[in-house]
Amino acid sequence: MTEQQKPQTEPLQSNHLPHKTAVTVTDLDLYYGEAQALKEINLVIPEKQVTAFIGPSGCGKSTLLRCFNRLNDLIDSCRIDGEILLNGKDIHAENVEVPELRREVGIVFQKPNPFPKSIYENVAYGLRIQGINKRRELDETVEWALKGAALWEEVKDRLNDSAFGLSGGQQQRLVIARAIAVQPKCILLDEPCSALDPISTLKVEELIAELKEQYTIIMVTHNMQQAARVSDYTAFMYMGELIEFGATDQIFTKPRLKKTEDYITGRYG
Amino acid sequence: MSDLHLGQHISRRFNEELEEVRTKVLHMGGIVESQLANALRVMVNDESELAKEVSRADSTVNSLEVDIDEECTRIVALRQPAATDLRLVMAVTKTTTDLERMGDESKRIAKMSRKEMDGALDDDLRADMEFMGEMVRNMLRQVLDAFARTDVDTAILVVKADKKVDKKYKKILKKLIREMSSDPEIIPSVMNIIWAIRALERLADRCQNIAEHIIYMVLGMDVRHIKLDDVLAEIEAQLEEESVE
Repeated sequence: MTEQQKPQTEPLQSNHLPHKTAVTVTDLDLYYGEAQALKEINLVIPEKQVTAFIGPSGCGKSTLLRCFNRLNDLIDSCRIDGEILLNGKDIHAENVEVPELRREVGIVFQKPNPFPKSIYENVAYGLRIQGINKRRELDETVEWALKGAALWEEVKDRLNDSAFGLSGGQQQRLVIARAIAVQPKCILLDEPCSALDPISTLKVEELIAELKEQYTIIMVTHNMQQAARVSDYTAFMYMGELIEFGATDQIFTKPRLKKTEDYITGRYG
Repeated sequence: MSDLHLGQHISRRFNEELEEVRTKVLHMGGIVESQLANALRVMVNDESELAKEVSRADSTVNSLEVDIDEECTRIVALRQPAATDLRLVMAVTKTTTDLERMGDESKRIAKMSRKEMDGALDDDLRADMEFMGEMVRNMLRQVLDAFARTDVDTAILVVKADKKVDKKYKKILKKLIREMSSDPEIIPSVMNIIWAIRALERLADRCQNIAEHIIYMVLGMDVRHIKLDDVLAEIEAQLEEESVE
């Protein structure tokens, strides 16, 4: 990133953000082998707000999202420089247990991926892994999580049916319920609606608005109108760089940089 | 100062649609310009036959307003414009409203001027009104140019010119009040003159509105209801900020 572009994120790093900070990214570089996928990312993500990453395919937005719960660790050739703080703690510190980090930072992917289990067991899965097996405690948490994911009313009479019997939109909300059942701090959504029909999309968007009361939400979306509707802050990325970060209202009515402008208005870059 | 990015959209049809509404606004502005010119000739030169022209043109202006608004609604619904495109569409709908009202005000000038004014109209006053009319015509021409070229500098000139028109209006009004108090007989004619110059002053206000829409369209700054000096300071600050980037 050039010197000239730095001011875009600076105000957010100097306590101008009206919200508490959830994630701080400092000078983050990420390489897949020789290829650099993220270049000097500096970003402050506010707590209990929805932050959306937009940008063309291959710009690094999903890669950046996956840094927050260290999913990129699973890729052998991946190398990361720089620092990511989650609530002030370095997620790459030696004493960090990755499974615990992934409990704190849940992720939901583009295609709903329920386990081949019942609806109930899908939501209870994370709890069982934590060693919680008391029926009453499980029942309570499953109900709470399904209610939180706005799915309870639709499935309460068939909790023991296979999760595969649910519609795509329901499956996606089930996966969100599974993520919130373990009480994360932050939920990452990687194009959560791209496989859903418009009505299911609206339901998930509505859910996102409710979830932000309790969780920090970071989402990647290809649908710019969705970013505009759902998010409080928007980050525009291009070719591995963070180009512009700001309040969503500002980005969509008065972006500061021409690159952002060209992208969101659909002009030739 | 013209940095509205209206480059090529990936969707060629979207380009054409935006270009079409812009062209229609300028066409509408052109008609209002000639309405005002004719109304002023009725007022200053007593060419009362032109009053009909002014009325006739008004129906075209009205239907253009509806037409452009419909087109903008369609663009919002189908294209979901953002950033400059959104600001352009918003500025266009507001500008057409102002232009339509300007047509109405021109009609009012023509109508009032056909009525008896002579009892109160001396050469001095006629010259003053002609001068004020020219100022407003000039503002309208400038603001339409500024719209066509997305030119903030010219838009600022229009905002400044409105202050001068206001001064002129007050000066003429004072004079008329003095005349009314010295000779109550002429009050009905003076009232007609007052209605006409009041309409002229409103026309200048509308030009200023359009200039503000242009500033919003180009810079994304809402400068309505802000003092002129503060507007200028704000624009300067923004441009400085942009040049740093």
